[in-house]
Amino acid sequence: MSGYDALWTPVLHRITRWRRDLDDTVTFGLAPVEGAEALAPPRPGQFHMLWVYGIGEVPISVSGIDRDGTPVVHTVRAVGRVTEALCRLQPGDTVGVRGPFGSAWPEARPGEDLLVVAGGLGLAPLRPVVHAAIEAPERFGSLTVVIGARSPSALLFEEEIRSWSHEGVDVRVTVDYADAGWRGSIGVVTRLLRDAVRDPARTVALVCGPEVMMRASARELTSIGLPGASILLSLERNMECAVGLCGHCQLGAKFVCVDGPVLSWERIEPLLGIREV
Amino acid sequence: MKSLPELLSEQPVFAGLSESDLVFLAGCCGLHHVPHGDVVFREGGPADRAFVVRSGRVVLELHEPGRGSFSVGTVEPGEVLGWSWLHAPYRWRTDALAVGDSSLFAFDAACLRQKLEADPRLGYAVVLRMAELATERLHATRVQLIDLYGPRSGDREDRR
Repeated sequence: MSGYDALWTPVLHRITRWRRDLDDTVTFGLAPVEGAEALAPPRPGQFHMLWVYGIGEVPISVSGIDRDGTPVVHTVRAVGRVTEALCRLQPGDTVGVRGPFGSAWPEARPGEDLLVVAGGLGLAPLRPVVHAAIEAPERFGSLTVVIGARSPSALLFEEEIRSWSHEGVDVRVTVDYADAGWRGSIGVVTRLLRDAVRDPARTVALVCGPEVMMRASARELTSIGLPGASILLSLERNMECAVGLCGHCQLGAKFVCVDGPVLSWERIEPLLGIREV
Repeated sequence: MKSLPELLSEQPVFAGLSESDLVFLAGCCGLHHVPHGDVVFREGGPADRAFVVRSGRVVLELHEPGRGSFSVGTVEPGEVLGWSWLHAPYRWRTDALAVGDSSLFAFDAACLRQKLEADPRLGYAVVLRMAELATERLHATRVQLIDLYGPRSGDREDRR
């Protein structure tokens, strides 16, 4: 498929694997239908436009790459018309896929500590980073994953997170609400960050979640001593064309679909402080 | 083995205090070990000690008769547990229970207040830190209240 077609024409994919994560959230694997040309492999942090025929198209981050025999995995929360339709699909059903689009999380450099900070469904776009880090531990110093969730029962990828701990990942979870049976932390993710950073000068923080959570995390990391260039956020805006033409996701002089979604705090901080931008 | 002032100097709340200040404060302080599930203090009880969590975790709870206990937050290592010891009527406003075996720095509240009053420079520094912590905790509580990870209103589709 030519470059132009790959940008604009959805490639038919079939749902190969499917799992319900939470009441309103599912994870599914996608593979091109027989005869369809495979899309370029995505990099962690990028997104695809998923098209449910007859309903519409939405941008969805990649939550897994080339795992369990599936080229690409997405995690979707039902929050609107298209995502609700995506969550109703079953193995064997088809969707249209465009992409991959946008910027990716930077690769860790040897000796650098990787700090992953995820809030709610923000863990999905960060999951491929954790997978890659676990598979190549020699490529970075240490890996710490700090996760914020609404409650213990709303924790995404709970079983998998447990397995990360067994793989040597320092996993720290906090929830907003919990009953008396919860032995973990209760409170916002920012409170866990100071203790999670060993050496601010050689730590790279990857942050994804609601914007209030990302702003608070970035400010806390800055106060700990991380340079703004070492704090990467994945922004959520109203991406429609995904190629920087329609302007729906414009943020100041940037288009989140092309310049982002992964942007450094150094570049994005001034824009996040402006309302209605 | 580290001395008590050395251990205190490692706690964020005391960062930047001089060695003599830490020795001065350590005169009111001891280590308090609390097994998992044990009560550190109860709502309404005398706030006669000030705590900083050294290891483990403490959960703060509010109890509603007929509905049980509600966990409203945890206090993690390096964090201050409670500030009711600082001002009248010196009564705790929540229950506090250890989650996992926990170790706390426990200051005699009357001794601590007396020392802070006797040395206004140090008193101001400590009270200012307590105010900063209270401000941070209040903001964190506000963020929790907006239920960031909860159901979304409207039908805007998004990327995650």
